[in-house]
Amino acid sequence: MSLLRPTEGEYVQHHLDYLQLNLHTFKLGDGGFWTLNLDTLVISILIGVLFIAVFYWAARKVTSGTPGRLQNFVEMLFEFVDSMIKEAFHGKSALLAPMSLTIFVWIFLMNCMDLLPVDLVPKILALFGIYAVRAVPTDDLNVTFAMSITVFLLIIFYNVKVKGWHLIKEIFCSPFGIWLFPVNILFRFLEEIVKPVSLSLRLYGNLFAGELIFVLIALLPWWMQWTLGGIWSLFHLLIITIQAFIFMMLTIVYMSMAVSSHD
Amino acid sequence: MEYAQLVANIQGLTAIAVGLLIGLASLGTAVGFGVLGGKFLEGVARQPELGPMLLMRMFLMAGLVDAFAAISIAIGLLLLFGNNPLILAVATALKTHTGS
Repeated sequence: MSLLRPTEGEYVQHHLDYLQLNLHTFKLGDGGFWTLNLDTLVISILIGVLFIAVFYWAARKVTSGTPGRLQNFVEMLFEFVDSMIKEAFHGKSALLAPMSLTIFVWIFLMNCMDLLPVDLVPKILALFGIYAVRAVPTDDLNVTFAMSITVFLLIIFYNVKVKGWHLIKEIFCSPFGIWLFPVNILFRFLEEIVKPVSLSLRLYGNLFAGELIFVLIALLPWWMQWTLGGIWSLFHLLIITIQAFIFMMLTIVYMSMAVSSHD
Repeated sequence: MEYAQLVANIQGLTAIAVGLLIGLASLGTAVGFGVLGGKFLEGVARQPELGPMLLMRMFLMAGLVDAFAAISIAIGLLLLFGNNPLILAVATALKTHTGS
């Protein structure tokens, strides 16, 4: 039923199916709202545990003498995130630095799953009788929206905590003054609601496009796959780093907007 | 025969939609990157010592410019190469209508 041969459409569709668990019956399959995407959950949690374990191990073995390679690497990442926060964030928060580091490294590692060959994980799991699996956790709207909504709730929390009653005054008279307060409220609402949606859709869209193009490259004859796949991998390496960085940077900027009042 | 005509109609419209999706996305990104790169070079030419800082900001903005074009291109490619949901919908509707 596709424009090309049906087998190619099926191949693409096969790579777009999640490994889903129906929570009504606890069997594999789509259960409407009560569905768990098992592949996304398992892989993202595994990657998160790996990241935390490596960083924890590096922090436990830290020395003030000659640092090892791992310690150098972790310190480099840490100082990078720290300098970003010092540049963009002018408040006090004990939460923001660890959260930004976690967001950056975790998203980067989850994006890195995209650089594995598209058929590697599904073929291995097919040996165990699992039909469909998607190896890239950020290639799932649930993960990206979970992260951006968490950030959004933190933004609201810090808005209320830092500004207090001043926040209501800001909502009512922020851009245009008190007499246009319906317009002000509408503008503020749009401004806030756009934040989580754009954060998550940006990450998801980039990863989805990247994964889809890898799948399409896999449909080409073998002598073309290497060149196109290599070029796209290099380009994609840039994209996944930038997307992880943007997610972190925009989180910092939004939090900075939340804790600083306009007047 | 009628079925073939319907499918051909949807295929033609899908091809136009894909062309618009990918073409407009790349048009917008091209203009965006042109302005971005030009302004970056302007800024560096004016104050070369700000180069590294501006380069990083430029990459941040490049990611922002890139993002929604990527979604558009992905949807276009999905319509073109994947299972086209529009044709599938027509096929199921015909099946229930004619009962064949």
